[in-house]
Amino acid sequence: MPHIHLTEGIPGILGPMLFRPETAKPLNELAEVLLRGPSTLSPGERELIATYVSAENDCYFCQTVHGAVAAHHFGGNEDLVLKTKTNPATAPVSAKLKALLKIAGKVQKGGKSVLAEDVEQARQLGATDLEIHDTVLIAAAFCMYNRYVDGLATWAPDNPDMYRAQGARLATEGYISSTEAVGAR
Amino acid sequence: MAHIKLTEGLPGIRGLFAFRPETAKPLCELAEVLLHQPNSLSAADRELIATYVSSQNDCFYCQTSHGAIAAHHLGGDEGIVAEVKKSPVTAPISDKLKALLSIAGKVRKGGKHVQNDDIEKARKQGATDREIHDTVLIAAAFCMYNRYVDGLGTWAPQDLDSYRERAAAVATGGYQRIPATIV
Repeated sequence: MPHIHLTEGIPGILGPMLFRPETAKPLNELAEVLLRGPSTLSPGERELIATYVSAENDCYFCQTVHGAVAAHHFGGNEDLVLKTKTNPATAPVSAKLKALLKIAGKVQKGGKSVLAEDVEQARQLGATDLEIHDTVLIAAAFCMYNRYVDGLATWAPDNPDMYRAQGARLATEGYISSTEAVGAR
Repeated sequence: MAHIKLTEGLPGIRGLFAFRPETAKPLCELAEVLLHQPNSLSAADRELIATYVSSQNDCFYCQTSHGAIAAHHLGGDEGIVAEVKKSPVTAPISDKLKALLSIAGKVRKGGKHVQNDDIEKARKQGATDREIHDTVLIAAAFCMYNRYVDGLGTWAPQDLDSYRERAAAVATGGYQRIPATIV
């Protein structure tokens, strides 16, 4: 049961977002810019970073829903998501994304874990300053979202089809309207 | 030196705001709602939560800037801020704030560390659902801001007076005017 009184049957972060719309607004806007805004990293790559960090933080809701968004962007390839969560170094992703996932994993442990050589490695594989910035902020933001979701002990459904449907909706319609969709249900 | 090329002379998160205004906007709006807008928790209490979490995360820029803002709200009492950072349990603050700081410290370690007991203790000291919600989100948000600031290796001034000066402006004007003052 959640630690505070939330509307029943509303999964994960959407419960506290409905509880406090004033903070939901910037939280959704941040996700929208980072994960779906114009970027030289594809939405699928950015969702993989979010999913990997959420998996490292052991947040079931976030890793499952963002894993579903990532899979949707990669044509339904759930195996790619699973392999990235399990071991980014051996996952079938580009060398550049591997280097960015390594940075994201270090941010998850703590900002100071990121070393100049990690950034240099990403740069040598073609990562730009903006891509490095966004990788660090996506990883940092999911250290927030994950703690928000689990720190309030929100409810997470265990039906994979629910996540697939939600993943497809978020991938196509985005994050800004995510709470409106539930609120209207 | 920062890991990416930032405008020189803009410390901490401010260099990052100037680098990427699109993300600065929601980041500042979140801080504004959580720390500055009217709330049943005082601005000082909320800044102390932000400062404590930043200190536990060893983020010099965030703990110093928010510590200075907290002290400003407390009439310049930097002693309370130092005591809260060192040991919230023995600091001269309300029992309710102690219970909320205990929750914030657990959120910092990881969301699942927060137990029913922790919530119950805060509730017994008069904390509302909204105050518990905001405490969890302030702590979670600073786990983001701290990682953002240190993960990109930003520069932090060592001169404490510069933090005191800015604290007065932020304590009165809030967070949303920050991007405008940079650009």
